[in-house]
Amino acid sequence: MREHTAAIHPPRALWVPFILGRPFGVPGDAAFQHRVLLAVLKLLEAASGPVLENFAEDAPQSEQSGEGFACPVNFGRVAASNDAEALQQEIADLASWHRLAAQKRGRSTAALSGLTPVAAARYVTDFIANPGLPSYRSALARGLALRLACEDLKAYYLESVNAQPGQRAAADAQAWFWRETAAGRTFLKLREAGLASDDVSVRGFASNNLVPRAILHAVAAGH
Amino acid sequence: MLDKVRAIEKEGGFESRPWVNGPPLHRRRVAIITTAGLHERDDRPFAPGAAATDYRVIPGATDAGALVMSHLSINYDRTGFQQDVNVVFPIDRLRELAAEGVIGSVADYHYSFMGAAPIRELEPRARQLAGLLKQDKVDAVLLSPV
Repeated sequence: MREHTAAIHPPRALWVPFILGRPFGVPGDAAFQHRVLLAVLKLLEAASGPVLENFAEDAPQSEQSGEGFACPVNFGRVAASNDAEALQQEIADLASWHRLAAQKRGRSTAALSGLTPVAAARYVTDFIANPGLPSYRSALARGLALRLACEDLKAYYLESVNAQPGQRAAADAQAWFWRETAAGRTFLKLREAGLASDDVSVRGFASNNLVPRAILHAVAAGH
Repeated sequence: MLDKVRAIEKEGGFESRPWVNGPPLHRRRVAIITTAGLHERDDRPFAPGAAATDYRVIPGATDAGALVMSHLSINYDRTGFQQDVNVVFPIDRLRELAAEGVIGSVADYHYSFMGAAPIRELEPRARQLAGLLKQDKVDAVLLSPV
């Protein structure tokens, strides 16, 4: 962020007008990334400083704000009797898209926990039902085990939805995950269960590392 | 985070302004240090507490697709990284610049932090890395935050 950089006074810094998490601007656009990288490396040629320059180019509009977001997967197609079942059904509905995403990218980033999406979802919903559930790997504290399972599930959903036709802004995909899926609802319930846990690692995870602040604020405001 | 930075600024913690002019860009050897919490798939995920100052080594020959992200923070976009690691760790772009002769070479090793640690507690790690970078003959470091 520009304010942080201005306070720290590093010798050379380039301020970029992109969303947090994308310092080189646009995924899949090598030419754009090349321009950002060259602009920052050129600062090495400055004769005196500190230098804090602005990158002059915005990311394409489609990256910054959505053109409307519609998920072709109809999650309401078959009524599930509870969130655990609805979550498993969503995972099944997204499986083809996730396979395409992995084919297209040559990889999946849903690879932290070592669990399949089905098993990760089962662990999360089992934890909500039974907060005394042990970690799925003895070497992992329960808070870390939950965090990795949730990160993998979120990556599975977002990789899948970004493989579907059309362009969508990052904020739209996030809003879809948290507001329209059983996974988002389940994570909000997991937060409540985690905050009541007697395990400090679980409470820390539930409090700080599960639901983004913007979503918490929106839920609190009833939006 | 800005509060923490401002507190250190008030204490005069950023008054030192080292400035170094090095060789021209086409002779520089460049390493990337990111705070995106990246690591190879079989490396340890980042964790909170005392382990938050740890770093992970990313070998220069690593396939960009072999990297995963286990940063604690959930308040920034991950979908860009999920689609293309270069949006946060531009290793392929750096290799292209080396092939074009724009930079001299790409370092043998790059490094990843999570960043979610008390700022001053990161200083010993920074000094350790500075020594490792010198051994790798690196004379330009690209810091890539998230």
